[in-house]
Amino acid sequence: MTRDEVYERLNKVFRDVLDDEDIELHDETVADDVEGWDSFEHINIIVGVEEEFGFKIPMGKVVTMKNVGEMVDIIMELGK
Amino acid sequence: MKELEYPFDAEDIQKRKKKIKKQLLEERGDDLIEKKIAILGGQTTRDIMLAMELFLLNYGIKPLFYESEYNQFYEDGMFPNEELQSFGPDLIYVCTCIRDITDFPLVSDSKDVVDGKRQTVIDKFTGLWDALANRYHCPIVQNNFEYPFFRLMGNKDASDYHGRVNFVTSLNMAFYDYAQTHENFYICDVNYISASYGLDKWADPYYWHMYKYSVAVPAIPYLSFNIANIIKSVYGKNKKAFNLDLDNTLWGGIVGDDGADNIEIGQETSLAQTYSEFQEYIRLHKQLGVILTVNSKNDEANAVSGFERPDSVLKKDDFVSFKANWDPKSMNLVKTASELTLLPESFVFVDDNPAERAIIEAQVKGVAVPSIGSVENYIRAIDKSGFFEVTTISSDDLKRNEMYQENAKRQALQASFADYEDYLKSLEMKAEIQGFAPVYMSRIAQLTNKSNQFNLTTKRYSQAEIEAVATDPDRITLYGKLQDRFGDNGVVSILIGRIDGPDRDELHMELWLMSCRVLKRNMEFAMMDELVRRAREKGIRRILGYYYPTAKNAMVKDFYALQGFDKISEDGDGNTVWEFVVDDHYENKQHVIDVNNTEA
Repeated sequence: MTRDEVYERLNKVFRDVLDDEDIELHDETVADDVEGWDSFEHINIIVGVEEEFGFKIPMGKVVTMKNVGEMVDIIMELGK
Repeated sequence: MKELEYPFDAEDIQKRKKKIKKQLLEERGDDLIEKKIAILGGQTTRDIMLAMELFLLNYGIKPLFYESEYNQFYEDGMFPNEELQSFGPDLIYVCTCIRDITDFPLVSDSKDVVDGKRQTVIDKFTGLWDALANRYHCPIVQNNFEYPFFRLMGNKDASDYHGRVNFVTSLNMAFYDYAQTHENFYICDVNYISASYGLDKWADPYYWHMYKYSVAVPAIPYLSFNIANIIKSVYGKNKKAFNLDLDNTLWGGIVGDDGADNIEIGQETSLAQTYSEFQEYIRLHKQLGVILTVNSKNDEANAVSGFERPDSVLKKDDFVSFKANWDPKSMNLVKTASELTLLPESFVFVDDNPAERAIIEAQVKGVAVPSIGSVENYIRAIDKSGFFEVTTISSDDLKRNEMYQENAKRQALQASFADYEDYLKSLEMKAEIQGFAPVYMSRIAQLTNKSNQFNLTTKRYSQAEIEAVATDPDRITLYGKLQDRFGDNGVVSILIGRIDGPDRDELHMELWLMSCRVLKRNMEFAMMDELVRRAREKGIRRILGYYYPTAKNAMVKDFYALQGFDKISEDGDGNTVWEFVVDDHYENKQHVIDVNNTEA
């Protein structure tokens, strides 16, 4: 799985959950940059990501993510 | 919408709920009733609420929500709360969980101490429910407790009073005691649905510690669906009838080809046993007042022969309508509905053949068409769909099958009379028409929520509202109960009029409805006669009738004209207002029903 592939699938999850087809994520993207990404939707995003990639992200990792880039790092590491 | 019917894809619902909601609102348009629902949470409730909204919209209910602050269920409900008061809930859902029990028994506790701890929890909750009922007069739905996700003592946790499993079980039993002694109070059986989902997944502590959800986020749609089923049942949106295929649905094989002797039913083979269990499951529904009807592509004689086997659980007499022919099933279903004066949307169509299901789905709007899978899955597919979710069992429900059988006898009798009035007289009808009485409140509220066709204003009332109206000096209320030589139809007609006007001599009819099962029996005229009599007693000079058209009540468009009212206005949407002048020359309109004769 390349970084681009992860981004493609991640964009899809965010677009579905937040119902916004224009979302484009980058390494530096944080919650404040994306309309509708609040603490409630964060839950659905994480659950959506887990479903999309087929594994659970351990609690310790979810709470330490600082931006989308780190989320992608974690997904790539878990998906190895 | 198929996406929201069991078996649904919970993850998909969670992920695409915004899109699904848009789609639902488009499809449903204005065909929705609004209900204000307050959620008092002992955990995070946001996603529970959002998924609930989807399922309710799918049932034709548009919810407006009040959501308590996180874990403020007790404070918000127990104490005066201006925000909730001005919201004016139609229904309150208390969404608590095992995490709301803070003082569990310790292994060192004596029996008395444990009993005390249990009583503290029970007192807290019953105090809350009493306060809610007194302040808001509306139905309350309360979660019971799911099992704990660990068992300190292993198996003994269940049997020993120190165990959490034991503690939770006894608390749930106390909740049920309250439910059985209080009207308008319903348990949302989280304990069962969490077991059905799988407790390990349901109670995954990850979601509690991360988000303060006691239910795993992927399982939320199952909880929301379960609550939505209770709510739609409270508002009269349950299904009422089964429309059943025969071959490979109620028995294995094709009776026309294989012969009655060779179909799979009875106890001889495992397949036969499975079909028998399904027949038994269907038959059990008669106790709830669910109507059974047959819709089969078969010669009638062949179809009947399947039920004549001594080991057939269902017998031909169990069905109030039996259509075995070669007509399209959609046509049969619509005909059956009209013969029973039910709406097609009150039916659950059960057929093993996906092609037949697809046709019904496309041709007859609103019919439930569960994907039942293979025979060993039939019961589960139907049972989990919540079509017949029971909130109250009225004595009418229990007798409904009998009533339809009685109707068949009346029809046979009618055929023997040339003159319709003679037929009506031969029925020896007796009616009780009185102001709302306490024993009938639940039936009255139920009727206002269930009646769609013979309903002039389609105004829905909760039981609490009915009780308030009943004692209001500015209201004239009437219920009509009708019986005849074949049986008792129970309460079948409801009227509510509001006294108004500068001289308090106007009566505005807020509600006039009648159950379609007593159409053409002159009961509507008996109601009018009694209404006029009571109106005169109160000095009413004008009765104003209102007709608000819906998709379903066209049959009463000109009802008031029939009763001798004059139309005084009509707006662009077809809403009409009618006037009846009350004078001393009123002559009773009907002479075939013996009304309020207590001697007989």
